[in-house]
Amino acid sequence: MLLTTLLLALQAPLVVTPGGVYPTIAAAVAAAPDGGTVRVTRGVWREPTIRLERPIRLLGEPGAVLDGEGARELVVILAPDVTVEGLTFRNTGNSYHEDRAALHADEVVGCVIVRNRFEDTFFAIYLSRTTSCIVRENVVIGHPTTESATGNAVHSWGSRELRIEGNRLEGHRDGVYLEFTRHATVIDNHSTKNLRYGLHFMYSDSSSYTGNEFRGNGSGVAVMYSHDVQMVNNRFLDNRGATAYGLLLKEIADVHLTGNEFGNNTTGLLADGAERVQVRDNRFTRNGWAIRLLASTSDGVFANNTFSGNSFDVAVNSRTVGAEFAGNFWDSYRGWDLDHDGTGDVPHHPVRLFGTLVERAPAALTLQRSLFVRALDAAERVLPVLTPRQVVDNAPRMTRDAGRMP
Amino acid sequence: MTTTLRLLLLVVRESLRGRWLIGLALLLAALGELLLRFSGGGPTTLVSLLDVVLILTPLIGLVVGTMQVHHAREVTELLLAQPIARGRLFVALYLGTAIPLAVSVVVGLLAPFAWHGLLFGADGMQLLGLAGAAALLALITTAMAFVIALRADDRVRALGIALGIWLVTAVLWDGIILLTAMLLADRPIEVPLLIMLALNPLDIARVLLLLGSDAAALLGYTGAIVQRALGGAAGQVALVGLLTLWILVPWTLASRTFRRKDF
Repeated sequence: MLLTTLLLALQAPLVVTPGGVYPTIAAAVAAAPDGGTVRVTRGVWREPTIRLERPIRLLGEPGAVLDGEGARELVVILAPDVTVEGLTFRNTGNSYHEDRAALHADEVVGCVIVRNRFEDTFFAIYLSRTTSCIVRENVVIGHPTTESATGNAVHSWGSRELRIEGNRLEGHRDGVYLEFTRHATVIDNHSTKNLRYGLHFMYSDSSSYTGNEFRGNGSGVAVMYSHDVQMVNNRFLDNRGATAYGLLLKEIADVHLTGNEFGNNTTGLLADGAERVQVRDNRFTRNGWAIRLLASTSDGVFANNTFSGNSFDVAVNSRTVGAEFAGNFWDSYRGWDLDHDGTGDVPHHPVRLFGTLVERAPAALTLQRSLFVRALDAAERVLPVLTPRQVVDNAPRMTRDAGRMP
Repeated sequence: MTTTLRLLLLVVRESLRGRWLIGLALLLAALGELLLRFSGGGPTTLVSLLDVVLILTPLIGLVVGTMQVHHAREVTELLLAQPIARGRLFVALYLGTAIPLAVSVVVGLLAPFAWHGLLFGADGMQLLGLAGAAALLALITTAMAFVIALRADDRVRALGIALGIWLVTAVLWDGIILLTAMLLADRPIEVPLLIMLALNPLDIARVLLLLGSDAAALLGYTGAIVQRALGGAAGQVALVGLLTLWILVPWTLASRTFRRKDF
């Protein structure tokens, strides 16, 4: 049995060409043995949704395009160990009553989706209840108008052991949306210009994302109702707007943020109902607010981060804050280091009075950098009345370069 | 026209004779140099420079402008005795005072960046924006100084008024705006707030410079009306327009006073 499978797998691929033995992809797929390869030649292929019900490899030659003519899904994976590679998926059209996806995998194990291109698809890749699937080096580009007129570039629902790596995801609702997904690994993706989030976790525990870049999305990343999420070496850039964040943490617990960069966001990191968040060795540069902590946050640790060029380093909406700060570099620190041990001798209070005022009247933001506001902040530093004293870094780092804490 | 030009040259020579302006340029250059040395030329330097532009330039414009008018009093009276139209003389007096001041401020601001080769670097545009705003502020505050100096003949009194106006525009006005914003926090205050900002040229210049800096990231948070009014290129053009208007208003006032004044 094993031998026959092996032999069949080694067979020559079934080539789909117009006027050839297999004039349609469906014909080749129907004829392909388990483990066989179907190769699609250059050209635009318009045919009913292709259902892959046996483990095969669907391979596109350069210029092989599947066109949905604005009306349907293109490929549905229904068997284990299917590979879809090198194809261009185009034009599924929008749907308001089904989650129409260019490539849909349902209840399968070990699917591999590599080096495909998706243009103007509603959902590009839709994985429901899959296990151990890999989505690698795909390019997904959409031109959406409104959030409801587009789906997610990569959508996972109820999947396990998912790996999403090296993709470019652009112009959808979410770049990656993970719902009820466990043990997902999201690495080295570029998620840009998506209307809602670059990456979105809902009820997706024990996952990690590393080395991704999220630039110019509605918001960079939202991690919601999830726990045990690792976020390492990502870049959250250029998220501007009243409700735009580099990273939104909502109702989450036990997450680690390490070595990330937050730059040019209206709000870098917003924590709302975050428990036991460990934020270490991150850089917050030129944000409006580097960090905003809402009162529902508890047991947070912010250590060895670098804050520079932010209008407000930390803002809180109540006087009791469940967060500890230690060993961070603050470019707004006005203290000194007489014993030269590398940490400042006086504590740093990163919450500015003006920040507290702005929480109550956002329009007052137009007054930033005015001399009056500066004087107010200086007075508050000397005689604190309104800003919470608990938000304090007792050992602020003096130098910018972030050497790791032992 | 040639009369005006000749008069202008005369007044410029008169302004430069005090050596005030050269000292001012040197002072600003020294300040810029210090900032560059101690903050490494990054965004922090530009922020500090923003303070120099927004606080020091108006102060200099008001004080130096007022003093120059009184200083040039004798020359003015001499010229008034000649068959020269008063309107022309005023143009020459104003431009002859304001332009050298604006030039010395701009030169003083940019010189340290020029000799460190940063003028056309990454922050070059922002730097030129700063210099432009400084020049506009110098022109505005000199026009204001003319109004003050022409209406208050006593030197000390004129200087006192100039300092008072600086205190209000540079510090207190923002306090009033902030107080208003805090007291009416729950109401739609964006439009009155924008009007209050427009009433103070220093605020207009500050917002204009904020829009060009990284702090613009915050603008998204100020609410839709403010963002629509200020966001984008249209907002910046409108602000520059407002600043220009702010030159014309005190100019017209001063010009009228000058023409009717009994010296």
